[in-house]
Amino acid sequence: MTSRPITEDDLNAFVDQRLDPARLAEVAAYLEAHPDVAERVNGYVAQRGELRALLLPIADEPIPAALNVRHIAERHGRRSRLPWWAAAAAAVLLIGLGGAGGWTMRGWSGPPLQGIASLGQEAADNYAVYGPDHVRPVELRAGAGPELADWISTRLGRQIAAPDLQASGYRFMGGRVVATPHGPAALFMYDNDHGTRLVMLSRPMAVDHDIPMQPLSQKAASGFSWAAKGMGYSLVGPADAQSLLHPIADEVRRQIGNDA
Amino acid sequence: MIELLEPLIPALRRYARSLLRDRTAADDLVQDCLERAIAHWSQRRVGGDTRSWVFTILHNLAMTELKRRAPRSSDISVESAENWLSTPPSQEDGLHHRALLHALEALPEDQRAVILLVSIEDLSYADAAKVLDVPIGTVMSRLSRAREKLLKSIKDMPAEPAERPHLRRVK
Repeated sequence: MTSRPITEDDLNAFVDQRLDPARLAEVAAYLEAHPDVAERVNGYVAQRGELRALLLPIADEPIPAALNVRHIAERHGRRSRLPWWAAAAAAVLLIGLGGAGGWTMRGWSGPPLQGIASLGQEAADNYAVYGPDHVRPVELRAGAGPELADWISTRLGRQIAAPDLQASGYRFMGGRVVATPHGPAALFMYDNDHGTRLVMLSRPMAVDHDIPMQPLSQKAASGFSWAAKGMGYSLVGPADAQSLLHPIADEVRRQIGNDA
Repeated sequence: MIELLEPLIPALRRYARSLLRDRTAADDLVQDCLERAIAHWSQRRVGGDTRSWVFTILHNLAMTELKRRAPRSSDISVESAENWLSTPPSQEDGLHHRALLHALEALPEDQRAVILLVSIEDLSYADAAKVLDVPIGTVMSRLSRAREKLLKSIKDMPAEPAERPHLRRVK
């Protein structure tokens, strides 16, 4: 059995205690036979020990309040939700609406949306709320195992698997159960390398059991909704992504069709 | 996110402070780093290691900060070690430890960063390579050079280094 020659990398890994037992034995034997190298390596080991004794305790100091991640995340969440001028503009608008009185509001309370149109609205609403959320966009992350699927199947009484959109460049981030006027729905979120997020919402349909794919009518988001076998699906993304979303929606429908 | 970032903070503070040798500046840097990590959270690679990702952000911020302050502090330490260390060097080892810290400070930044990431923060060689954005072979050669220089400067240490002016620039 011939062993590989001992290199400088081995000596460094010896100092850092990162050799596997077999190589460690070889390096130790080499140092035994080469006292000059051993002296240098011992110097390195001592040096590493001294630096650790001096510097490691810094991590034991109490963390100053300015470095509280929760606070930083909350601050960031507030900042990214609305720039100040948008909030100010919204306030002015609200004052204006209040001044104009009830007449203006009359048009706002149309008949409640039903079926596939409602589903699209629910998906767009949830996209608007969770899409820009950097604190907790999803309740259960993709790596959380079967917990998310269990939660969804318990609340919806149906198994819904998150479609795999890797081929379209979107990674599954995770999901949550969300509220809709028609009961609980499953929400899955995806993102790509540019940070663009997509949301898929799915819930049982009381009406519109089987509806072919149709584009969303909302302005703030784009996407497609459809229903199959009593389940509604709506895939929603940024307002300018309508053409991009069509093939992805097709892919989602294909995967669900295969699963069913 | 919070659950992943919070446990990293002590080590991030230690790395920042060891590089900058300045408590306040180091904590400011860590705060900046956390804000960026949170703002860009969705951009980290799924399945990637959060620790090396956050260390990369911090390292790049530290390098920018060191470049910014380079002209006025190339040969003086920002704070004496007693101030930025957690526990000041003890009496009997004081001189030796001070000399070691001076030698560490005298290293080129890229070599100092390797020593700190590997020897203090216990990053794997591969993770250190990721943080520094260099091949792993470069990490290994910088580590060798840094260790040799530290050893040499300790050996060449004059009898009472603390009493002498800084002569590093001469060599």
